[in-house]
Amino acid sequence: MEIREKVIEIIAEQAVLEPSDVKMEHTLEDLGIDSLGLVESIFAIEEAFDISVPFNANDPSESDFDISSVSAIIDAVSKLVSEKV
Amino acid sequence: MRRVVITGAGTINALGHDVAQTFEAMREGRCGIGPLDIPDVDRLMVKIAGQVRNYDEHAHFNRQQIALYDRFTQFTLLAARQAVAQSGLEFHGELADRSGVVLGTSGGGLTTQDENYRVVYEEGKNRVHPFIVPKLMNNAATSHLSIEFNLRGPSFTVATACASSNHAMGQAFQMIRSGMAPVMLTGGSESMLVFGGVKAWEGLRVMSKDGCRPFSANRNGMVQGEGAGVFVFEDYEHARKRGATILAEVIGFAMSSDASDIVMPSKQGAGRAITGAMRDARIDKSEVGYINAHGTGTAANDKTESAAVADAFGPHADKLMMSSTKSMHGHLIGGTGAVELLACIMALKDGIIAPTINYEEPDPECALDVVPNEAREANVDVVLTNAFAFGGLNAVLALRKAP
Repeated sequence: MEIREKVIEIIAEQAVLEPSDVKMEHTLEDLGIDSLGLVESIFAIEEAFDISVPFNANDPSESDFDISSVSAIIDAVSKLVSEKV
Repeated sequence: MRRVVITGAGTINALGHDVAQTFEAMREGRCGIGPLDIPDVDRLMVKIAGQVRNYDEHAHFNRQQIALYDRFTQFTLLAARQAVAQSGLEFHGELADRSGVVLGTSGGGLTTQDENYRVVYEEGKNRVHPFIVPKLMNNAATSHLSIEFNLRGPSFTVATACASSNHAMGQAFQMIRSGMAPVMLTGGSESMLVFGGVKAWEGLRVMSKDGCRPFSANRNGMVQGEGAGVFVFEDYEHARKRGATILAEVIGFAMSSDASDIVMPSKQGAGRAITGAMRDARIDKSEVGYINAHGTGTAANDKTESAAVADAFGPHADKLMMSSTKSMHGHLIGGTGAVELLACIMALKDGIIAPTINYEEPDPECALDVVPNEAREANVDVVLTNAFAFGGLNAVLALRKAP
């Protein structure tokens, strides 16, 4: 499965939506995902791709992982997967 | 209503193995947080903590005792021995029958759990030591204090995560105030610095990897500590008649529940506990000179707590001092309020306000006097100590100088 589809599947499950309802420009807030939902999504992403996501809930904006939109998350996950070797 | 005073104090924590060492470290603004030294630390992302150092259980307990005393119980017993010795009390007859123990802990015997899960799951053994249950149970420390000091009255353990000790001390206070008990041992302990304990906390992504900087704009999370604080709470008339030295008076207590979110704190919930404690103590807010903050060093707690204090005190918020000693000893979870009560006693008894160390950058959302980096001499008559737990359960105590 492509990274994009898998990430959308994880986010959709957290938002209790169909994957087709999740748009690339959506923010997590748009999708109704709160701070606990975000932490759970990141856990699911780490498990799905066997990566470690640098994210600190104390300061999401300064974490080295962009969560500003669905497409930003997909880009960030793709980068981490490509760096994994 | 009876008045309640503190006639004994004991502790072991990352700053020292007794009250004198802890006071000295708080006065000097010394940091007890350092590299975490536990098995499998290389598999953790968080590798720092406020660990109790240079601790050898065999120096304090024999083999049979160690088979029954988890690390959290050991810490509690050591702190209680100091507190009871300072109070000068011995428990016989009616005093023993009516006096008891109320302690807070969140995790109880987590070292015992962690070690024995390894034995059965990792090592594949089919047999564990026969005393695992009495060793790991949350009330073990309470029961062992009761046994060691012959306290036969009302005794139980309180578990409200990070507010456990404050809730416990609040119960002890109310039991003495109501006349139910003349003396109570109270406080709390925690020993969560085991692989499973830290790993679980990592999951929430609220832990700092590099230090605890409460109220500082560059704070990035909490750091766990461990240890215990135990106090002798006593009916003032009982203490006065026997000529006991009084460390401070406990004058008020309030608790509240946010009833909103399981992890995010609420300004309203915290504020209701703060104003409730002042109302219970029958004091005016202008009398409060110092607050020992919950001050975890997370983004969420520190700004919520600052806002709650600003709301509760109005203009007086700019005149009082509020520091977080977690910057030095770490967050002892269920034991934290007990160790932090020491900073309150130091403020009232010695006129020294413990600092918030590691304070580097002002945060406009935490714009109170947090006593940055250096202890301060100040004459304060009334202090508060805050604890706001995960689950939205809040507990605040008010104390006054010894009568």
